[in-house]
Amino acid sequence: MEGVAAEGDVEADGQELSATIAYVVKKLKSSQLHSELEREARTSLHKSEIRIDTLKEDLKVFLQKSGWEKKLQNAVYRELNVLPPPSHPSAPIEHIKEALAYMRRAQVYWEKRVLKSLNSMCTELNIPLAQKRSLDDQKELLNKWNEMGTDEPDLSQFRPVYAPKDFLEVLINLRNPNYDIGDQNGLCSNWGLINIPLPVKGLPELRELFAELGLNYGQLGIDDSIQIPTDLFESDHVRLGQKVLSEQDSAAAQQYIRQGCPTGLRADTWALILNISNQMEDSLYYDQLKSNVIQHDLLVDSLIYKDVKLTASNDDYYFVFEDYLYQVLLCFSRDTMVLDHFSYSSASPPRSYIRGKLGLEDYAVVYPPNGVIPFHGFAMYVAPLCFLYHEPSKLYQVFREMYVRYFFRLHSISSHPSGIVSLCLLFETLVQTYLPQLFYRLREIGAQPLRISFKWMVRAFSGYLATDQLLFLWDRILGYNSLEILAVLAAAVFAFRAENLMEATSLAAAEAVLADLSTLKVMPLLQLFLFATVP
Amino acid sequence: MSGRVKWVTDIEKSVLVNNFEKRGWVQTSTDEEWNFYWMSVQTIRNVFSIESGYRLNDDQIVNHFPNHYELTRKDLMVKNIKRYRRELERDGSLLVEKDENGKHIHLDFIPVTFMLPGDYNLFVEEFRKNPTSTWIMKPCGKAQGKGIFLINKLSQIKKWSRDSKTTTFISPAGKEAYVISLYIDNPLLIGGKKFDLRLYVLVTSYRPLKCYMYRLGFCRFCTMKYTPSTSELDNMFVHLTNVSVQKHGGDYNPIHGGKWSVSNLRLYLESTQGKDVTDKLFDDIHWIVVHSLKAVAPVMINDRHCFECYGYDIIIDDKLKPWLIEVNASPSLSSTTANDRILKYNLINDTLNIVVPNSEIPDCKWNRCPPKEALGHYDFLYDEDLAQAEGVECEGRARIGPIVNKGSRLKDVRKPFSTWK
Repeated sequence: MEGVAAEGDVEADGQELSATIAYVVKKLKSSQLHSELEREARTSLHKSEIRIDTLKEDLKVFLQKSGWEKKLQNAVYRELNVLPPPSHPSAPIEHIKEALAYMRRAQVYWEKRVLKSLNSMCTELNIPLAQKRSLDDQKELLNKWNEMGTDEPDLSQFRPVYAPKDFLEVLINLRNPNYDIGDQNGLCSNWGLINIPLPVKGLPELRELFAELGLNYGQLGIDDSIQIPTDLFESDHVRLGQKVLSEQDSAAAQQYIRQGCPTGLRADTWALILNISNQMEDSLYYDQLKSNVIQHDLLVDSLIYKDVKLTASNDDYYFVFEDYLYQVLLCFSRDTMVLDHFSYSSASPPRSYIRGKLGLEDYAVVYPPNGVIPFHGFAMYVAPLCFLYHEPSKLYQVFREMYVRYFFRLHSISSHPSGIVSLCLLFETLVQTYLPQLFYRLREIGAQPLRISFKWMVRAFSGYLATDQLLFLWDRILGYNSLEILAVLAAAVFAFRAENLMEATSLAAAEAVLADLSTLKVMPLLQLFLFATVP
Repeated sequence: MSGRVKWVTDIEKSVLVNNFEKRGWVQTSTDEEWNFYWMSVQTIRNVFSIESGYRLNDDQIVNHFPNHYELTRKDLMVKNIKRYRRELERDGSLLVEKDENGKHIHLDFIPVTFMLPGDYNLFVEEFRKNPTSTWIMKPCGKAQGKGIFLINKLSQIKKWSRDSKTTTFISPAGKEAYVISLYIDNPLLIGGKKFDLRLYVLVTSYRPLKCYMYRLGFCRFCTMKYTPSTSELDNMFVHLTNVSVQKHGGDYNPIHGGKWSVSNLRLYLESTQGKDVTDKLFDDIHWIVVHSLKAVAPVMINDRHCFECYGYDIIIDDKLKPWLIEVNASPSLSSTTANDRILKYNLINDTLNIVVPNSEIPDCKWNRCPPKEALGHYDFLYDEDLAQAEGVECEGRARIGPIVNKGSRLKDVRKPFSTWK
């Protein structure tokens, strides 16, 4: 019997693998790399070292030596990083986006609400969703492309479509119809706001996942370690990083960055992990997006403008980059390549109809063209990246890839382990399990921990931590290809400030204790919580 | 015995008063006995003037050196630095090594500058060499961007020419002495915006030189996009980064005040340009500060009752070369933002911890060797005693060729906190 079971597993594994291969091959076939490889192979036929009788082998060797194999590897690796979880071969597409029906319904409902709010703003202000700019306007915008921040249009009537706290209300109301919550006050019950069952990791599993953050590993972002001499580790780590970069291997870079990235190597290392090469085609594509912005005026432009003015423009760290943020975000809103990520996101792009053709499918268009409606704080996903890339086209590509790999999960409803719902539940479970007294106390005074930490997680802590610390945190997001670290850090912050929090007597007081996170050192907090908390 | 320090100030700023009160010091008036006087530059002039005949006791200290203007007046600073170079040259120091264009390699850290009307002819000669250059005119004795303007044509400053036939030279506007400096027209831009650096440097003694660099300096950003085009010459918001000027610009943001911490600058430069060039830039900045102080040390009245906290204004160009623009004797203690208030409170706090050890009644004969714990956000920048003791004064002589040069220069300056101590 045992043998049979094992064989069955192997078979299932094999099936899964071939499905994965088929998926990746399909994705790559339509990529630019595919045509480049083809072209390269074809021109190589004229080379003397390629002989007809050993064509296949010679070609392989040639592609390997000329660095194309590395590029292919990195491209495959990129696809694997965003690969949807395995599903039954006959499962419908919507199941790949999100397997749980009640989650799907909640997401659809949420999208409707957001779109309705957008539409009603349109009607209220009597502004079309999109319109072509007059030639004079186009000229003017082109002239001030690099200084959009100096413009002060009247945006007082615009308001963010939603803020994180509106979204939190929706998550709190999520229910699984097949699951009985039971006695809310029972000992084993969940004290938090999220009341749906999802598998989240416990401390032992987190320790396993984040093994490289352990006390026995060297770590950038730790000033003094007892086990590892800091100076020695740093210089070694820089040398290793240079080697990883010279090898141009995404997978190695991803492993490397788990222990943190030296500041001077971060821009290149992140680009390598995200498989961004910023070639000519990429900057041409960016220019194309830019000209789309110049030609058309979208309603979301005002939302973006308003968001930057409300957030980054007032931020001690990021105000300097205000103009870059407009450029990146406006181009992003026009970028239809972003739509690809909806194949593995629980969200679907909002659709709008051409005037007078409401409800007619033939006249439906995705709006905004990238399918993403910005909310309050959206600009903060871009802001920290401005510290790394001063060239707009590269900044843009890195941001887009970060978005389609990670950030979209922070504002859509799904059961994915990196999705915001799982992060909320992970956070609440950690605090309830390891800081029960604190949780109980905060709940008693009406200061549910998630009400404070939610905004941190939705923004991936951008705008809350000092930038150097934030980059250390994002190093680990990239390194582990997971957002779970955000929930762990949120819990670690509560643990760190537990003493002061215990003295708080209201939500406002608790919020005040946690109002300024800019002095926190991320890595020691994470280590302390992950590896020094007694289970 | 340790009585309570009696303080006086003629600058009623809360960051000062709060710091004094926190220490339990007692406020008094100038008519009575005092130990610590934080005074304006106007007052220091009177205190040390020959007429006043004021003599300070051993238990009295003040926050300025009597002739600080040797460093803090634009014209005198330039004069002193030029003299310093000449002296080094006479001594055959390798510090004054020049490149093939006759430019100093190591001591070329102030933009080409002339005094007007005195150096008018010299200026004209220089201007003609490079007629497309832009120059910045600053009145010698003013601060906070007052009276500053840019020129790119000789006709704009005709009235400063000494042999001018016109009488406008005697007009009220022309009476004042000006310095004219080559305008740095290739500044490093961040986010497309121009900025300058404000760094704080504490000097507790000139002979031997003992100075400290404050870690919490900041960049001051222009609110407007930088365009080197001359059509914008009249728009001072583009060119001047003084907060007092920027505050009147339409885009002034009261939350951050256009100020960006030096640690942000370092993170940004290291991330976008690499660690080595960033380290070199900061080494070069330290180098500038130390040599500007060494240049004035011989002429400075090294009164033992004095210390001074200077505001250094530095502009970085797009080749990451820092330029010393000017030094302020009384950097602004007003706070424009919440962070600014914290910064300035800390600055005064850390300064007092060094110059008034243990908050006790001061003794002007103190050894000026504060323990490391007392430094707060200050770092040792240079201590002549220690430097001589360790024999690293020979930094210039270690430089031979351009290649060795780079390395040895870095070695000498890179770790001021270890080699210069």
